[in-house]
Amino acid sequence: MANLSVSHLLGIKNLKLDDIELIFKTAEHFKEVINRPIKKVPSLRDITIANLFFENSTRTRLSFELAEKRLSADIINFSASQSSVKKGESLIDTVNNILSMKVDIIVMRHPNEGAGDFLSRHVNARIVNAGDGAHEHPTQALLDSFSIREKLGEVRGKKIVIIGDILHSRVALSNIYALLLQGAEVKLCGPTTLIPKYITSLGVSYENSLKKALEWCDVANVLRVQHERMDIKYFPSVREYTQLFGINRELLDSLEKEIVIMHPGPINRGVELTSDVADSKQSIILNQVENGVAIRMAVIYLLAQQISRN
Amino acid sequence: MWISSHRKAIMAKKTLLDEKEMYIILHRLACQLIENHQDFKETILIGIQPRGVFFADRLVKILREDYKIENIKLGKLDITFYRDDFRRREDPIAASSTDINFIVDNKNVVFIDDVLYSGRSVRSALTAIQAFGRPKNIELLVLIDRRFSRHLPIQPDYKGRQVDVIKDERVLVEWSENMKKDKVCIVSSESS
Repeated sequence: MANLSVSHLLGIKNLKLDDIELIFKTAEHFKEVINRPIKKVPSLRDITIANLFFENSTRTRLSFELAEKRLSADIINFSASQSSVKKGESLIDTVNNILSMKVDIIVMRHPNEGAGDFLSRHVNARIVNAGDGAHEHPTQALLDSFSIREKLGEVRGKKIVIIGDILHSRVALSNIYALLLQGAEVKLCGPTTLIPKYITSLGVSYENSLKKALEWCDVANVLRVQHERMDIKYFPSVREYTQLFGINRELLDSLEKEIVIMHPGPINRGVELTSDVADSKQSIILNQVENGVAIRMAVIYLLAQQISRN
Repeated sequence: MWISSHRKAIMAKKTLLDEKEMYIILHRLACQLIENHQDFKETILIGIQPRGVFFADRLVKILREDYKIENIKLGKLDITFYRDDFRRREDPIAASSTDINFIVDNKNVVFIDDVLYSGRSVRSALTAIQAFGRPKNIELLVLIDRRFSRHLPIQPDYKGRQVDVIKDERVLVEWSENMKKDKVCIVSSESS
């Protein structure tokens, strides 16, 4: 198989295992490309991509932008703070205006869940979801699994614990779908107030004790506490959160085996991870960032491939 | 297999080169390479993915074992991302791996592929190799040259056998590593 079963990347939920395998296989080739002296291929010379960021982002936007440039696509960038959205323009109007400039692919981050799905039904372009509210962030989950695979050989059968603010995290949901689809076991750990009520119905388990969760797992994917999304207090203080759910060197050293530490970034150093853990050999945080470009190149390449030129 | 599955009947498969002819041709090509590149110090052989790689591996084996040439640099080059038919094909092509762990700056590069047909793969390879430096010169070695079928002004520097094959026929190169024995066949599909 050399073609995705979907026309847009809206979420991991819509993907099949074969799609993930194809994306990974393609990403491996692109990873080799981005380590060459000349890190560029001409495949997407005649494709135009619009990066629409209705919500702040640094690394995801840069990663997408770099991936698109490495594929030789023409790109336009848009961020909500400088646009007519502020003047009251609707999403469809904004996007249709952009599409009339002959854009083929839209990469969109939006604060509302389902914005990508909504757009895919109303406009004539391939949509890549770069994060929609607290729903999905598929490319992050793909690069996380790709990094686990690279480090541990495979994802199947591995035990992964996702720690922290699950409630506000699109990374958590996409990771749960991706890891379960690939045959991994997933456990969640964090303050009960930040664990969605029915999340275990997806087939994951919950553990309140960080120490027990770390003893169980092969990989700990540590999430950022998203203060900006918290309208009420979910835990008494940051200090208490750190004491109960922060990972430090002593805790890691007390475990029987060496586990892999991941974090989607940006890290609140000293809150969910101490610096000596974030910068340790066990941490693959910077590998995740490198793999992000390769994964995004693969996703965009495979979607562009479906746009017929004939 | 590269013969698409929807082609139900294969009408004829005639042998163009048998094992013995292949042996002679491969050794001749190896000798021609030695004639031009002597000790291969400044030369890099590049097998073009996917099928040129079998051929390149075999040639290197002959150069090493039968002609005792050491230190041959061999790379594999995938051209998928450089093809000019991206988004023009019904069946997308899956990429293969590229394995070039050296800079080709100021080296003599020899592209190795099994069949030269339209010349478009070689055109893509010429672009792709630029990501690894600026070679001093580039030569092309092919096992089968399908003449009168070129779309681009590209000709081989070394060729095993030149054939005239009509458009509906395909040239199939089999290697003992992945098939039973070394053989080159011309396969024609039934036209209804």
